[in-house]
Amino acid sequence: MAVLAEPIAQPKRSSLWSRAFESRNCLGAMFMVPAVAILVLFLAYPLGLGLYLGLTDTKIGGAGRFIGFGNFVSLAKDSVFWLSVFNTIFYTVTASIVKFAIGLYLALLLNERLPFKSMIRAIVLLPFVVPTVLSAIAFWWIYDSQFSIVSWVLIKAGLLTRYIDFLGDPWNARWSVVIANIWRGVPFVAITLLAGLQTISPSLYEAANLDGATNLQRFRHITLPMLSPIIAVVMTFSVLMTFTDFQLIYTITRGGPINATHLMATLSFQRAITGGNLGEGAAISNAMIPFLVAAILLSFFGLQRSRWQQGGRD
Amino acid sequence: MSSVQIRDVRKSFGNFEVLHGVSIPIEDGQFVVLVGPSGCGKSTLLRMLAGLENVTSGTISIGDRVVNNVQPKERDIAMVFQNYALYPHMTVAENMGFSLKLRNAGSDEIGKRVKRAAEILALTPLLDRYPRQLSGGQRQRVAMGRAIVRDPQVFLFDEPLSNLDAKLRVAMRTEIKELHQRLKTTTVYVTHDQIEAMTMADKIVVMHDGIVEQMGTPLELYDRPENQFVAGFIGSPAMNFLKGHIRVNGVATFEGPNGVKLPLKNAPAASDGKPVVYGVRPEHFTIADDGADAEIVVVEPTGSETQVFAKLGGEQVVAVFRERHQFNPGDKVKLKPDPGVIHLFDEATGKRL
Repeated sequence: MAVLAEPIAQPKRSSLWSRAFESRNCLGAMFMVPAVAILVLFLAYPLGLGLYLGLTDTKIGGAGRFIGFGNFVSLAKDSVFWLSVFNTIFYTVTASIVKFAIGLYLALLLNERLPFKSMIRAIVLLPFVVPTVLSAIAFWWIYDSQFSIVSWVLIKAGLLTRYIDFLGDPWNARWSVVIANIWRGVPFVAITLLAGLQTISPSLYEAANLDGATNLQRFRHITLPMLSPIIAVVMTFSVLMTFTDFQLIYTITRGGPINATHLMATLSFQRAITGGNLGEGAAISNAMIPFLVAAILLSFFGLQRSRWQQGGRD
Repeated sequence: MSSVQIRDVRKSFGNFEVLHGVSIPIEDGQFVVLVGPSGCGKSTLLRMLAGLENVTSGTISIGDRVVNNVQPKERDIAMVFQNYALYPHMTVAENMGFSLKLRNAGSDEIGKRVKRAAEILALTPLLDRYPRQLSGGQRQRVAMGRAIVRDPQVFLFDEPLSNLDAKLRVAMRTEIKELHQRLKTTTVYVTHDQIEAMTMADKIVVMHDGIVEQMGTPLELYDRPENQFVAGFIGSPAMNFLKGHIRVNGVATFEGPNGVKLPLKNAPAASDGKPVVYGVRPEHFTIADDGADAEIVVVEPTGSETQVFAKLGGEQVVAVFRERHQFNPGDKVKLKPDPGVIHLFDEATGKRL
């Protein structure tokens, strides 16, 4: 007892520095400094610079003048720009829908008891692991006008008489890059949805089974509503990544033929870096922002946390 | 309502057999509690009854129908799960009406039956809430409501109270029992809590390691446990067991550890020197001058009674007294078991003698 009764040694009145370390607020601010610095340097500054460049007529090697919305005015009359907008929307919508369908199918499949499940899961993840440019080059060969394995197989099977011109025809090229994007994007959707499926308690399915639900009814009344929050997140990401895609297109088609596969991102790069018109390229990139904001808002409002997920006593 | 017959049911997972031939007859309208320690196979048996697990061999019938190969949804049973398994994206009313909706019942019919069930369970003000917005006890009632709405042949309960706090558990126990008295639907209830079993059951089935140790009414099991396992499992605080031998010279006595002598009413025939286990329930000890010497270790008053832990022949025993004795640790007392209600078990087999 005597030991406890002794006064606890008071720390000496300390310097400003050590007192700052003891204050929650100061300490919190200090820990945030590195993160803020990185964000400002690598995110806020380039974004701000991009926005500013879009309002100038900067060329590579020249300082450029502020010209207000001049770039946007000229782009509005530019048919190639509008073609790239159409291409981007077509690319995003078709690829996202198919990625969702195939991804959901694979996730449901992998959620069942399957032989070699972990091996299949690894295989499903493969396209995601391969560097984009590598897989793009593989697709480039698959779509080659003379050496395409697809054409070769179909001809050997007697289904075709001449090689398909995958990348020479505008619509063929569009569908070809969409397929490459789907191949690349499915694993992300599938694995994320699988993670979502695994959070659904099996006892809910058992309860539904006892309640008399068929397989289809279980999917419709349990799986789909329970999965909807994950679907919202996955599809938002998927749409954003597809909309801003650059690598696949640039490697496979470089926007050709006759700009049929030019996305806004590739067109921006072509005008800004290849063509040297930094200001115009930046303006094209900036033109993507309203679409992206719209996509985010859509998923934010349309697929907001439903009432059943929101707090309340737990 | 229906009777249920479980005949020589076995269950294996791979090569591992978890149920070794279980037979349980359940009469129409009976409230049967399957009780046993974790891993005894009681939940597996219940899930087999529900159709969520396959039957390896033997038969399960509901009414006159063998249901081994009948789909769960066609068995006309309702189950209350341990975690309630409420559909989180449906309101209380939708949860309760889901099975009717799947059967294409009209919305009037659904509304009427949900309303009636909600009235029985006092859920009417909560019908528009989501499960997240409910307390544990309310969720529990919704899970029962979901079962009641269907008016099934059999109710199955899988440890429904184990996620509730102690006070609520007692209240829900009464509520479930009252519900059964009102609806008179055949009920099979699984728990590991022997007090739940004792308080609720018409018939208790004690299971252990995949076999049925004993079935009977709560008091039958309490008063005449067939073996040492049941004796130790039923009753709280648990029965005291002392190992020793029977001595028959004039008066039959039990000679326990360190020569402690305890009274016997009558010895089993030809049993002199037989190694036995002497079982005595805590409330069957009295303080008497002709009792055996014991030393108090711990005293735990609960108000209505006092639990006394004492060393008897070197073994720790527990005694419960309704009188308020003034005991202190270290006190020497004389404990005497009531010879009329003691239990003797064969030491080797654990069977009642």
